[in-house]
Amino acid sequence: MRVAVVGVGYSGFNANTPDLSWKEIMYEAAVRAYEDAGVNPRKDVDSFVTCAEDFWEGFAIFDEFVPDQLGGVLKPTFTVTADFLHGLANAYMIIKSGLAEIAVVEAHSKASDIVTFGEVIKFAFDPVWLRPIGKAHPYYFAALEKSYYMSRRGYSDELFAEVVVKNKRHGRLNKDAPYSANVSVEDVLSSEAAFYPLRKLEIAERSDGAIVFVLANEQVAKELRDDPIWINGIGWWSETSNYDTMSFEAAYAKKAAEMAYKMAGITKPAKEIQLAEVDDRFAYKEVQHIEALGLAKKGEVEELMKSGYFDRKGEIPVNVSGGNLSVGNLLEATGGQKALEVVLQLRGEAGRRQVDAEVGVAMSWRYIPTATGAVAVFSR
Amino acid sequence: MMVEKVKGIKYHKKQDVAIVGAGMTIFRRRLNETGKELSYYAVKQALEEAGLDISDIDMVVMGSAPDAFDGVHMKGEYLLDGAGASNKPYVRVFVGGGTGVFAPIAGYWHVASGLADVCLVVCEEKMSSSHPHPQSAFKYIWDPILDRPLKPNLIWIFALEMRRYMHVHNIKHEDIALVSVKNKANALDHPAAQLAAKITVEDVLNSEPMALPVRRLDVSPPSDGAAAIIMVAPHIARQLTDEPVWVTGVGWSLDTTWWTNRDLYFPRYVAEAAKMAYKMAHITDPRKEIDVAEPYDPFDYKELHHMEGLGLAKKGEAPILTREGVTARDGDLPVCPSGGLLGVGNPIAASLGVKVAEIYWQLAYRAGKRQVAKEVTTGVAQAWGDLMQVGTVVVLSNKR
Repeated sequence: MRVAVVGVGYSGFNANTPDLSWKEIMYEAAVRAYEDAGVNPRKDVDSFVTCAEDFWEGFAIFDEFVPDQLGGVLKPTFTVTADFLHGLANAYMIIKSGLAEIAVVEAHSKASDIVTFGEVIKFAFDPVWLRPIGKAHPYYFAALEKSYYMSRRGYSDELFAEVVVKNKRHGRLNKDAPYSANVSVEDVLSSEAAFYPLRKLEIAERSDGAIVFVLANEQVAKELRDDPIWINGIGWWSETSNYDTMSFEAAYAKKAAEMAYKMAGITKPAKEIQLAEVDDRFAYKEVQHIEALGLAKKGEVEELMKSGYFDRKGEIPVNVSGGNLSVGNLLEATGGQKALEVVLQLRGEAGRRQVDAEVGVAMSWRYIPTATGAVAVFSR
Repeated sequence: MMVEKVKGIKYHKKQDVAIVGAGMTIFRRRLNETGKELSYYAVKQALEEAGLDISDIDMVVMGSAPDAFDGVHMKGEYLLDGAGASNKPYVRVFVGGGTGVFAPIAGYWHVASGLADVCLVVCEEKMSSSHPHPQSAFKYIWDPILDRPLKPNLIWIFALEMRRYMHVHNIKHEDIALVSVKNKANALDHPAAQLAAKITVEDVLNSEPMALPVRRLDVSPPSDGAAAIIMVAPHIARQLTDEPVWVTGVGWSLDTTWWTNRDLYFPRYVAEAAKMAYKMAHITDPRKEIDVAEPYDPFDYKELHHMEGLGLAKKGEAPILTREGVTARDGDLPVCPSGGLLGVGNPIAASLGVKVAEIYWQLAYRAGKRQVAKEVTTGVAQAWGDLMQVGTVVVLSNKR
């Protein structure tokens, strides 16, 4: 028995949302997803999964505040404290276990409500070993990683600038990409070296939005629509508990991809995958993740990137939506935006940015300071 | 509606799920150990009991309640290495206080779906690092506009709920205090217990008032601790033991955020969760078919409240069963034979150790001095949490 995505809905994505609360953006996304799937949440949906972290939300037990606006009152509803793709994996298992026939996954970001973003991230550092180190903004960890990774692979700074240029340009065709722009490699390289060698334009700004997916088992999915998008494989992996002990080469993405590919029967990802949406909350992360997903060999990304291989019209389009560099950093909803783009593309509903693809992959990372990621493979 | 045509054509799980090992730390104020270390102790014990090594574990599920206790953001990631999840698929699930029984439910679907054959479920809580008292973390669980300005405190709303329960069924505090007396005495036989004691009903009624009717001895203490269980597929269980304990039913249910709109005398969310779990376990008359129960007992009235939600007693009947000794360890329906949270301690999510793990030990006849007198086949564990809002239920059986 397979599991399919039968409905998607989203709200956003905006740099800030002063007119709506986080409950309201969740509601908007949920209503759209239920409409898209043709289901009534109160009658048809068997299980609900929310993805949220208490500190991002400003609550001690955020799980309390989710059932009403999703239509999940007095239903099996719970929170995964991880990215949307982790929530998707759990909903997938709930359906595979026979506990539900229709399950809903939700994730959202109301990042514009967070006043002290860097300080919140610091609370995720080990309180004994890492938190006391200096007063700098935690982005310096990403700068260290970029520095190590560049020297390890021999990549030049232009590569990362190319990533920014590509993704910000891709975003120009996406009406929900608040940070899209026409920038040049020179613009990126001359932008402020905020955390050397990390430049300002290489860092994704924060944005708000919510994503809701409706999943169903094979029988129900086929009944609900002619074009369900199948989840062929899903994987998630945690390398280590904190930044100081991780490999700096996105091993979490490599292992999560191995798990998902095995499930999907994919042996040659670069040949079998036509579309990838990967976490690019720092430009160098996209490069790491392209390698980890097996879309290019180690050290070869620079040449391919410069030849347009990962462009919307290239061999394997990466981040056609504009990625986080255009759409913004959606916190735990990041994987949701990735999966949403893949589903819309596979359904042929991506409008002006439509590419031709049969199999697409979505990948997310849990941001600084984690070494945790998840990968999902979708097909028509 | 199109869905109705095909719904109910039941898809069956990939494989059954058994529990083959459990472990827990001593529950106490443990300032010397980090949450990672507590998790490590519990995992080590569970692995030893199961006869497994950490390399045998396919996937790990973590359960831990608010990040605010530890003051660590993304607490799941922080606890990862202590829980033995380095280089493994790992996820933390969260339903507030109900997490201790919810994490095994998540473990269940990791195995039942066929994605894992061996899943380690770890629950950890370290409340003592919250200053001046873990209660301060609960300042941030309220709706910021409607509730928070009233500066409510958890004990107050439990006082409201207890009062309502007493009022509707005309129950005396003496009857409720019997639960505290029973559980604290049961805990005398638990090696991990924090507040085991021989007390009397008068001790409870004369203890310090917290928010009346709730008094000091009606309440479980804040604790630090961790617990772990190992859930496996049938072909693994066969290799490890002749007497695995099977997970035959799981259920969970989350009620509306608006606790003020509920009639607090009866936990509907527990009843809904139990309905789901019993249906799966083919249980139609829980009072007759369940041999031993571990309902969530952070307050003494809560054990009674939850027994009624679980269908182990009719509405208002649980205090009578308690008074008649039915729920004693040698009674017809032993309830909280571990000593529960009132006696062993209440490290929120780590209550896994006195709920699901205790039922596992009882059904595997490994509970030592705590073993109930009657013969046991089926047991139920339950937890509750969020804003008096979520019910989580697991049914175990030593017959497949």
